[in-house]
Amino acid sequence: MLLKRVFGKPEKFSMYYKQILYEIDSLGIGSLWLIAIISVFMGGVITIQSAYNFTSPFIPLYAVGLGTRESIVLEFSPTIVSLILAGKVGSNIASEIGTMRISEQIDALEIMGINSAGYLILPKVVAAMFINPFLITISMFLGVLGGYIMGVASGACTSYEYIFGIQSFFIPFNIYYSLTKTVIFAFIITSVSAYHGYYTTGGALEVGKASTRSVVYNSILILVANLVITQLMLV
Amino acid sequence: MIEIKNINKSFGDRKVVNDVSFVFETGKTNIVIGESGSGKTTILKVMVGLHAPDSGVVEYDGRPFTQQSEKEKQEVRKEIGMLFQGGALFDSLTVEQNVAFPLDMFTNMSQEEKNERVNYCLAKVKLEGRNKLFPAELSGGMKKRAALARAIANNPKYLFCDEPNSGLDPKTSLVIDALIKEITQDLGMTTVVITHDMNSVMEIGQKILFIYKGNNWWTGTNKEILTTDNEEILDFVYASEFLKQLKPRK
Ligand SMILES: Nc1ncnc2c1ncn2[C@@H]1O[C@H](COP(=O)(O)OP(=O)(O)OP(=O)(O)O)[C@@H](O)[C@H]1O
Ligand SMILES: [Mg+2]
Repeated sequence: MLLKRVFGKPEKFSMYYKQILYEIDSLGIGSLWLIAIISVFMGGVITIQSAYNFTSPFIPLYAVGLGTRESIVLEFSPTIVSLILAGKVGSNIASEIGTMRISEQIDALEIMGINSAGYLILPKVVAAMFINPFLITISMFLGVLGGYIMGVASGACTSYEYIFGIQSFFIPFNIYYSLTKTVIFAFIITSVSAYHGYYTTGGALEVGKASTRSVVYNSILILVANLVITQLMLV
Repeated sequence: MIEIKNINKSFGDRKVVNDVSFVFETGKTNIVIGESGSGKTTILKVMVGLHAPDSGVVEYDGRPFTQQSEKEKQEVRKEIGMLFQGGALFDSLTVEQNVAFPLDMFTNMSQEEKNERVNYCLAKVKLEGRNKLFPAELSGGMKKRAALARAIANNPKYLFCDEPNSGLDPKTSLVIDALIKEITQDLGMTTVVITHDMNSVMEIGQKILFIYKGNNWWTGTNKEILTTDNEEILDFVYASEFLKQLKPRK
């Protein structure tokens, strides 16, 4: 029901276009720092842990680089970063739209003859589906870089081995798989939290609850979707 | 002209509006008065379609609004300007962006034309020079006035004001009353004003609907309200101890 209204015909394209640019900036660029820091550190930790576990003489040390790359590209960047975005962006969207609901701003849009669901939600969905793949790509790159820095700095592996590792057995399809996940997760994050915000009733307390609820639903849905997509694409 | 016929509305099992009918006339300021909680805002929200009535009909110049599809309702709503009781300004936009919003959405005005119109509306509500402030930086009364400027920005055919004067000092109140009356007459709007303020009622109440416990209890003009012998309306008008002494005796 809500989705149908979200994808209704816009009143004026230029206004939607402006909103999309604004949302790309606020949802995407606004999360860049958080993602960068998390990715570098997680990449580092994954490298050190892999090296710590690969103590068998039969496993070459370049497997550390390979393992780090695969963990980051397949799982950490698309799924874990999306979960973090579900917390940050999701609660932000739910509380923003929820506040607009309880302070009658959504009613004010409706009274003007504007499809409020479309105007408020569509730009967010489009913006996130567009910008998140870039964020995740950056996260992959920084994660692998973080692994290199910390791996070499901690002596877990040598620079040559790590670089050799991250270059070997590269499967382009994995990137495609990850970015597909990312786009689907972006859709889940924005639409689920917008839904919870849009149907808030009551006062400030309910806005808080809607925002919490949206993070919970987002996380569960992302994990379930992750399983389904992995089954469909990798198996 | 907006006509409401036999409007009923309940929330849960609480009946809030009970069989109210009225004709809001064009070019006049139609005023709805009544105690707090009597159902005034609810009637207004039924009229603009934010609440669906349990039964009854709302007609905008003969257009059967209540039975129309969502698309048709949107067309009617483009002719509506509404001032909400709480203002309902868009938090993320400045005052001038708020006022310009309906223009951005529904007109093809150039930027200069929009600026001119925005400044004109802001001057009308005595908010000139406050263009760049955000709603959070305004006082309660200023929010109300900015919201009124937004409501009239696109020259609506139907103007709804839910307590335009609450939170305003008597002097600014008069300015706002005069503004509402002026644009209503000059532009031939159909204006519906909810108020508690007896000053406004006497200043601009060309047609009055008195709501008592969700019922249409009394209708008349501002002159008639002084001479009526309806007990509830006299209680409402002469509420304070001071005014009770002025209350005409039968
Ligand atoms: N969304 C709602 N859900 C449930 N009850 C409501 C809702 N809106 C209003 N009511 C109830 O309807 C009654 C009438 O409310 P309404 O807002 O119409 O009063 P009002 O005449 O505008 O009062 P005031 O002058 O204080 O603004 C109140 O008792 C209120 O509790
Ligand atoms: Mg009210």
